[in-house]
Amino acid sequence: MHELSVCQALVEQAELIARERQASVTRLILQIGPLSGVESELLRRAFPLASAGTCCEGAALEILAAPVTVYCPDCMVTSEVAANKLLCPECGNWRTSLASGDEMVLQTVELETRAANGNESTGQR
Amino acid sequence: MCDTCGCNITPGNKHLVEAGGKFSHSASGHESVEVLQNLLSENDHQADHNREHFHRHGVLVINLMSSPGAGKTSLLEATVRALGGKLGIAVIEGDLETENDAQRLRECGIPAVQITTGSACHLDAHMVHQALHQMSLDNIDVLFIENVGNLVCPASFDLGQHINVALLSVPEGDDKPAKYPVMFRAVDAVLLSKTDLLQVLPEFSPQRAETALRSLASEAPLLNVNVRSAEGLQPWLDWLGEQIAVFKSARETGAMGHFRPVTGQAHVLTHPHLSQFTPRENDG
Ligand SMILES: Nc1nc2c(ncn2[C@@H]2O[C@H](COP(=O)(O)OP(=O)(O)O)[C@@H](O)[C@H]2O)c(=O)[nH]1
Ligand SMILES: [Mg+2]
Ligand SMILES: [Zn+2]
Ligand SMILES: [Zn+2]
Ligand SMILES: [Zn+2]
Repeated sequence: MHELSVCQALVEQAELIARERQASVTRLILQIGPLSGVESELLRRAFPLASAGTCCEGAALEILAAPVTVYCPDCMVTSEVAANKLLCPECGNWRTSLASGDEMVLQTVELETRAANGNESTGQR
Repeated sequence: MCDTCGCNITPGNKHLVEAGGKFSHSASGHESVEVLQNLLSENDHQADHNREHFHRHGVLVINLMSSPGAGKTSLLEATVRALGGKLGIAVIEGDLETENDAQRLRECGIPAVQITTGSACHLDAHMVHQALHQMSLDNIDVLFIENVGNLVCPASFDLGQHINVALLSVPEGDDKPAKYPVMFRAVDAVLLSKTDLLQVLPEFSPQRAETALRSLASEAPLLNVNVRSAEGLQPWLDWLGEQIAVFKSARETGAMGHFRPVTGQAHVLTHPHLSQFTPRENDG
């Protein structure tokens, strides 16, 4: 499985953002759909390994599961379906288009500024 | 991650990412940055770069995927034997270990570069790029990339190819598209391989395989292929010939970036056994 390499890519993306702001990562939020080809559970297990020794070490990993939905151009409706049955449940049409379910996206990086505690005076307002 | 082009930043989410954006700062020294970026965007950038290589040389690139042993290397050998004189063919071989497959193709007289991935179960765009710099694409019309035998993850990694093809061999059973939807919904054609074995494996139903494929909302043609006879190879050669013709005309008009695989003559979409999925017959 390639969840480890996906996790390494995730850590690299988050590191770039964190380094830019001289901060450490406290939480990562991902969107993972069933048709993305990665297993959320395996990602979770790979994360401690991929993040060890990086600024993501110890960060919380939150994974939002996107449902599989298809749009039927005939019925003009979007319906939730099973990952291997992308037919329109209304009319049986198989010429649907995927509306969600294949995402493999880094949505949010939450950071803690390293100088956060001693440095309030430079804050805005 | 792409700092320069901001590839996943759309007008709709731009404000979230820009400094001072709504989610960008909070008072406590905690900061929340909305990224909305594909986890494989680094791979995708490399794939785009690979595509530039291919287009500079006018090469059509086809990614072959399947379970181990479904017949990818045999198909390539037979294809080279059938077309090698008329067409410049090169191959990049992906395997966990051994040079065997590249060696088999060199013996057929074409350039072949082997990538041994060690423990990686798929090829990625970086590995293909390294292989590209070990080979010449001059006088090559079609480059085949034989991916690592695996029905799970090769589909997630763009290599810069123009066409994805999956082989589904008769001994594997007709329900593979239902079991591996990520792979099968990503491909532009499915080759039912080893169809010479249908006579000894009557439990395999090509119709069931096709139904499972259509259930993934795929229009990909399903072609019967058997490398043990000249007729058995013909549906594949016909389909391949169509793709090459369309790619060549795109090359002449400088529109290779807009090339899309054509469904081909072996058009199966009106297959009567799919009537359960197509309540209206061609009402156009
Ligand atoms: N009967 C039959 N056997 C085939 C066919 N194509 C490949 N094979 C056999 O299947 C085995 C695996 O083939 P290979 O090309 O190495 O599969 P790969 O792992 O997908 O590259 C070999 O023993 C081939 O001879 C075919 O069309 N018919
Ligand atoms: Mg092989
Ligand atoms: Zn993999
Ligand atoms: Zn419908
Ligand atoms: Zn290069």
